[in-house]
Amino acid sequence: MTINWFKFASPAAFYPIAGRLIPWFSRVALALVLIGLFWGFFLTADQLGGSNPQKEYYRIIYVHVPAAWMSMWLYLVLAGWSAIGLVFNTRLSFMMAKAVAPTGAIFTFLALWTGALWGRPSWGTYWDWDPRLTSELLLFFLYIGYIALHSAIDDTRRADRAAALLAIVGLVMVPVIFLSINCPDPNQCAALHQRSDPGSIHLSILIPMLTMTLGLWSYSFAAVFARLRTIILTRESDNAWVRDVIAQETTA
Amino acid sequence: MMEFFSQGGYAGYVWGAFGMTFGLLLIEVLQLRSSRKTTLTRIGRLLRLRAPRQASTGADPQRGTSGPTS
Repeated sequence: MTINWFKFASPAAFYPIAGRLIPWFSRVALALVLIGLFWGFFLTADQLGGSNPQKEYYRIIYVHVPAAWMSMWLYLVLAGWSAIGLVFNTRLSFMMAKAVAPTGAIFTFLALWTGALWGRPSWGTYWDWDPRLTSELLLFFLYIGYIALHSAIDDTRRADRAAALLAIVGLVMVPVIFLSINCPDPNQCAALHQRSDPGSIHLSILIPMLTMTLGLWSYSFAAVFARLRTIILTRESDNAWVRDVIAQETTA
Repeated sequence: MMEFFSQGGYAGYVWGAFGMTFGLLLIEVLQLRSSRKTTLTRIGRLLRLRAPRQASTGADPQRGTSGPTS
């Protein structure tokens, strides 16, 4: 069986699909976040580590790491849809990219914010020009730049293409953030991100952290689809199907 | 209970992080809802303005220029 993927690339076809998916993603997000929070706060130890333990503030990990992962992942999604839009010239791809950007920017800000609140008690500072903090800050500016550039150009098609190009060029930041560990000896640099592999994190911490990540991922789907539907309606308002949708939804 | 809220004396950091996270997400949800509502109203108004011209091409005859507002 072959599926014609371009059928779903039509905004008219995807609008109702997104509408049906939003409640499900919202429910999954709510359930996973509640499980993650309960697990993280009530089923974990109050301290982390041996000789120089992290106290209760380590719990910030349950929002910090998921937010940071989502900030990078959503940027890949943003750049991916931008590239597909430029190559195939499909309208829905550009709308998808535009819908992703604000949610990605929020998660980038949250990664920085929660990181600052974690850095103060554990490193002794809210901010340091650590490679990872710096590159994450630049990622935030890239999201803001994408949104600003898009809204600065009146013609939608030109705005889509220009902002898409910016998104693709900015893609270099994602591997930089991912690889930005510049501390060979943890004892030499306290206020820095250090290398850590998921295997070294205790399961009781790892599981709620991954649960929160999946929850926020599911949330991102719901939020992006909701924004996408508004963008579709705005851009397709000349088409007949939008008239039917509006007639249906405003009377309901 | 108080023990839970004080988080070992790090309440400001812990609740500052979680509060900002879920506060911002809540604001995003509310913003998405209100922008959906405004978009529906705005396009509905636009379509009613255009309705007389489209009436001859098979538009719903009940939706005229003086139709009820949503």
